[in-house]
Amino acid sequence: MTGEAIAFYGLAAVILVSGLVVVSSPNIVHSAVALVPAFLGITGIYILLGAEFVAGIQVLIYAGAITVLVLFVIMLTEGGTGLRQRQRNEQGPIGASVAVAIAVLLIAGVTHTTWGRGAGTLPAYTPGAIGQSFLGTNLLVFEGTSLVLLVSLIGAIIIARKEE
Amino acid sequence: MVPLADYLVLSAVVFALGLYAVVTRRNGVAILMGIELMLNAANINLVAFNKYAAPGAVQGQIFALIVITLAACEAAVGLALVLAAYRSLETIHVDEINLMRW
Repeated sequence: MTGEAIAFYGLAAVILVSGLVVVSSPNIVHSAVALVPAFLGITGIYILLGAEFVAGIQVLIYAGAITVLVLFVIMLTEGGTGLRQRQRNEQGPIGASVAVAIAVLLIAGVTHTTWGRGAGTLPAYTPGAIGQSFLGTNLLVFEGTSLVLLVSLIGAIIIARKEE
Repeated sequence: MVPLADYLVLSAVVFALGLYAVVTRRNGVAILMGIELMLNAANINLVAFNKYAAPGAVQGQIFALIVITLAACEAAVGLALVLAAYRSLETIHVDEINLMRW
């Protein structure tokens, strides 16, 4: 077993265990905090895949910003953690069977397909290549994304603001 | 070298976990957490395909970066909606939010 394989299966175990806590914990704060190891494990997967810039952005946005935002909203609603409330609806068995069915279908699909290998190698310095691409061929996508970001943040402020 | 299928299996399982959270949780914030897990599963796929199927280009990583940005937008707007619902309806349990107008 190579070091890469050991790292991959270790990270996968971290992601799956913390993902299970996220979806099954009766305490919503535990769910939100368990998001952090899940996101950091996915960061490790990105580093294994040679995507250092995506890994950095993942730490900044997911593990940093989104988790803090989620914790803030949990603290602002339901008088804190909402520990006394029932956290799951009546669709537990149906939801579990749908999720398992989709997982089995996807796993069967990807393991029975023969995946070809593309030619070429990753650039030695991917952040540079990403920057060149964002200000070159993908300029329109970049500007469109920034516009969507602006609109959604203004929208979030307007929605969350107290009405007079 | 870890085969591509292993990454895809990992992402499929993470996607199923997120779907389970979205279908079975009552709390609006927990549903958003499930959506984040599903988006992360998609990102794992994008970056893995970038390395294994088209290593010469960085399009998969760019796609993943845009998905992360839009996930941040989605989280901001979704959590603002949860706060607005809590302010007017005093609950964030989505099975109790069933009014078209107040």
